[in-house]
Amino acid sequence: MKKLLACLAIGAAALVLPGCPAGPGGGGGAGGSSSSGTILVGYYGDLTGDTATFGQSTKDGIDLAVAEINQDPPLGRKLEIRTEDDQGKSEQAVSVVTKLITQDRVVAVLGEVASSNSMAAATVCQREKVPMITPASTNPAVTETGDHIFRICFIDPFQGSVMAKFALNTLKAKRAAILSDVKSDYSKGLSQFFKETFTQNGGQIVAEPSYSKGDSDFNAQLNAIKAANPEVIFIPGYYTEVGTIARQARDQGIKVPLIGGDGWDSPKLFEGAGTALEGCYFSNHYSTENKDPRVQQFVTAYKAKFSGREPDAMAALGYDVARIFADAVKRAGDTDPARLRDAIAGTKDFAGVTGTITLDEKRNATKPAVVLEVKGKAFKFVETVQP
Amino acid sequence: MLPLLGSLLQNLVLGVQKGAVYALIAVGYTMVYGVLRLINFAHGDVYMVGAYVGLRLSARMGASISGSVPGFALIFALTLLICGLLGVLIERLAYRPLRTAPRITALITAIGVSLLLESLAMLIWGTSPQFFPTLFPLAPVRALGLDLNPKYLLILFASVLLMAVLWYVVTRTRLGKAMRAVSYDREAASLMGINTNLVISFTFALGSMLAGAAGLLVSALTNVKIEPLVGVMPGLKAFVAAVLGGIGSIPGAVVGGLVMGIAETYVIAFGGSTWQDAIAFVLLILILIFRPAGIMGRATVEKV
Amino acid sequence: MPFLRNGLARLAVGAAVAGGLYYLGEVLGNRQLFHPYYFRIVMLIGISIILAVSLNLVNGVTGQFSIGHAGFMALGAYTGAALTVYGQHRFLPPLNAASPVVQQGALVLSMLAGGLVAALAGYLVGLPSLRLRGDYLAIVTLGFGEIIRVAILNIEAVGGSAGFSGYASPQGRITIPPLTTFFWVYLAVLGVVMFSRNLLRSTHGLTFFAIREDEIAGEAMGVNTTRIKVTAFVLSAFFAGVAGSLYAHYDTYLKPDSFNFLRSIEIVTMVVLGGMGSISGSIVGAAVLAATPEVLRVWMGELSRQTKLPLSPDIVRQLLYALLLIILMLTRPQGIFGSHEVSLRGLFSRRRREVGTPLR
Repeated sequence: MKKLLACLAIGAAALVLPGCPAGPGGGGGAGGSSSSGTILVGYYGDLTGDTATFGQSTKDGIDLAVAEINQDPPLGRKLEIRTEDDQGKSEQAVSVVTKLITQDRVVAVLGEVASSNSMAAATVCQREKVPMITPASTNPAVTETGDHIFRICFIDPFQGSVMAKFALNTLKAKRAAILSDVKSDYSKGLSQFFKETFTQNGGQIVAEPSYSKGDSDFNAQLNAIKAANPEVIFIPGYYTEVGTIARQARDQGIKVPLIGGDGWDSPKLFEGAGTALEGCYFSNHYSTENKDPRVQQFVTAYKAKFSGREPDAMAALGYDVARIFADAVKRAGDTDPARLRDAIAGTKDFAGVTGTITLDEKRNATKPAVVLEVKGKAFKFVETVQP
Repeated sequence: MLPLLGSLLQNLVLGVQKGAVYALIAVGYTMVYGVLRLINFAHGDVYMVGAYVGLRLSARMGASISGSVPGFALIFALTLLICGLLGVLIERLAYRPLRTAPRITALITAIGVSLLLESLAMLIWGTSPQFFPTLFPLAPVRALGLDLNPKYLLILFASVLLMAVLWYVVTRTRLGKAMRAVSYDREAASLMGINTNLVISFTFALGSMLAGAAGLLVSALTNVKIEPLVGVMPGLKAFVAAVLGGIGSIPGAVVGGLVMGIAETYVIAFGGSTWQDAIAFVLLILILIFRPAGIMGRATVEKV
Repeated sequence: MPFLRNGLARLAVGAAVAGGLYYLGEVLGNRQLFHPYYFRIVMLIGISIILAVSLNLVNGVTGQFSIGHAGFMALGAYTGAALTVYGQHRFLPPLNAASPVVQQGALVLSMLAGGLVAALAGYLVGLPSLRLRGDYLAIVTLGFGEIIRVAILNIEAVGGSAGFSGYASPQGRITIPPLTTFFWVYLAVLGVVMFSRNLLRSTHGLTFFAIREDEIAGEAMGVNTTRIKVTAFVLSAFFAGVAGSLYAHYDTYLKPDSFNFLRSIEIVTMVVLGGMGSISGSIVGAAVLAATPEVLRVWMGELSRQTKLPLSPDIVRQLLYALLLIILMLTRPQGIFGSHEVSLRGLFSRRRREVGTPLR
């Protein structure tokens, strides 16, 4: 017994010693909120996982914005982004955000795109009282986590209604099927809101099977959908699965239009889909065809920086979120967490690339959505829908 | 009533297609278990390697060549060759030194090899999903009131062909005979002059080729995503299929694979897509409790 | 230690240990004194030790091979979390604002609940498993682990596929309260270690070894192998459940995917690394394997740049486990300690104290 305790004590010492700070500043003092030096901001996203273009595009947008911001830094202090990859997994999101906050001592966190991952990380940010701004998570529950969690995009009750009305009014469809991703809070929420609007306006949901993110065989579900004979199929998932679903649907002889949400937005959509999504529609945050000079300026700058690549919605939102943060820093006057939080909350009429952004009392933004059509390997603008 | 029947039939077709793939992988498991009494956990990952190797070869050769029949045949042959070699390599390096070790040790090593293959794939090819370009644009046809897609039929056909070839090798060639001998009694076989090492390597090669073929066929023809962990679930399910059919029995593996594919498809069709992974294990536990020898296996008596 | 037979002395030592743990926890948890990131590592190590030592009861001691341990951890985690989340406003007061005593009480309650549910599952898994040997047993336990994971996946009340962090109650959103403290984690560590030790020392314990060495001979000698094996499973599962509940109230976010068979294999690797059958081995194995990926995470960016490979903590962790398993099995299958235990006397003298039988 004694020996065991002694062993445990030695072991404990071995564990504890590395953590002891070698002098002041190791454990104490939030590095990010010192009154000089760079402003450390954390960014987390899926850089290498299933939805890698989300994390990468957002990062590109943020990088572009930061390069511009640092030419005239807020409070004279440059922004520095600390990036972490969560591989699209929510447990990883928790780990990396914890690291960003406790190890790197960032003053704020930007991210994520997928609502499930944002919600997971939000609990950490709220608990640590570090402001978190998500550029693209649309599930309403994300900001409900607490008063330190913000978003600069629209939320799914709105997005769901956009596609529901589009299906009813433009596609003249009265019978719809929904194929949702049961592993994604985004997908579950969006399909529910779509269903509400669709049925309230005279439509009928004829089939509602589900799949899990990561699956690659959707034939059985598609078979069930085919048997129910819908006029349109709503697929509120992420591009990796959506591409394969579309292909398998066409392979099974399903010819009706497929519609979806902003989770479709990725150049990699076509790798899985091939030509299966031709003529299909989805809702999104912005379109590169928008003639507004702000948008065109952004598109040009992005193409210049990233070898001719067109910025997708995630890049645009990333660009906006970084600039909104810098703007908040200016308004706050310093990087004290409480002041920063309040400044972010007070964002009003910010001229973003994805629209004019004002955060309401629920810390969400009310913005218009666009409907895009898949043509060839590009997304063509169809219409704008105001909230 | 009729729509339901049509749907049931359609699902049956889907199930058979899926089952054929499981059967291809399961056969490899069962053969290796037969000669070595080892569950080669890494087998499912050879499926993944087949997909990636095929993808890279196809990328090298360009989409137009890969989409041609001789071009694809070349890719197919090369992929099979590489996977076969991989299997032999794994056996030589990781399993042969443990021939006399307790089975648990070999099992743990197999798990390690599986994890290693996955990690290497992540490092070499990255973790983001990749896809084959559309090589063979084949449109669905309608026959017998069912929608059939030539792609899946092609996979089914190729699987059957491969299993037929295997059957021929196992029953009609000397090496095949030696394989069967080794699986009955390894020591006696070596005493009879059979080079057991060669036979075992051959077994691994065959099994790995089939698994690699399965991976290539499914990824190339149906353009599903390829990522480092893509072989894990099919591997596990194929193993269960092998046990279902009677581990050690090749026809058993085929039957087990089909049963697994069909069961899974019906479960998903009836709304249980989130249960699909569990079906395999529920079947496994049931079969081990009620009929451990499997559907077509022979009951072995454990000598005291 | 004869003086410990005195009940009062036992109480005193117990109180001293508890007090020491509590104080240590306060010190390490203090952000000013100890880096919070390393504190997290210490906590994760603690939870891993509980998992490894409890698995060691099955894998190392009875010779059975279970690779579904994460399933029991999952049950404990979800049960414990469900209790503290849904229990609030019913039989528990709102926990985020409650007094420390109430909070600790809730944590203990959830630990026990989690442990008991997991133990029950252990019983149900143990029953059919006893008919099987070796490889098949391993696969069946793997299967059960997966079935548990998939079952949880399908329970909407705990988030289903999307994960569980709380729910929207009429009183607002209730999330899993972060109740886990250093004290409880390491008290549980002490608990599982002492329990294992005492169990192995007793006559009960020796029967465990009988099963491992030669089950048939053991049966012939009248050892009720069936009951022993099931007992091992149940106890092992109980502690896994406790660890699960502690984990749930630490990360406060649960996803069924975190408890898949890869996780089970990680725990198996910890036991194998330390030596199957050795409690100290499991402790060391758990500590090493739990700490390494987290520590590497700090240097991951740099490492990635140097080697030009897409390294991430996940990949490195998996590579580490893979290589470890293979190399260990090929060169030193008995692990670091074999089936020996570490003892101070052993460290300082040539003679080693053995618990159980010689090395394989």
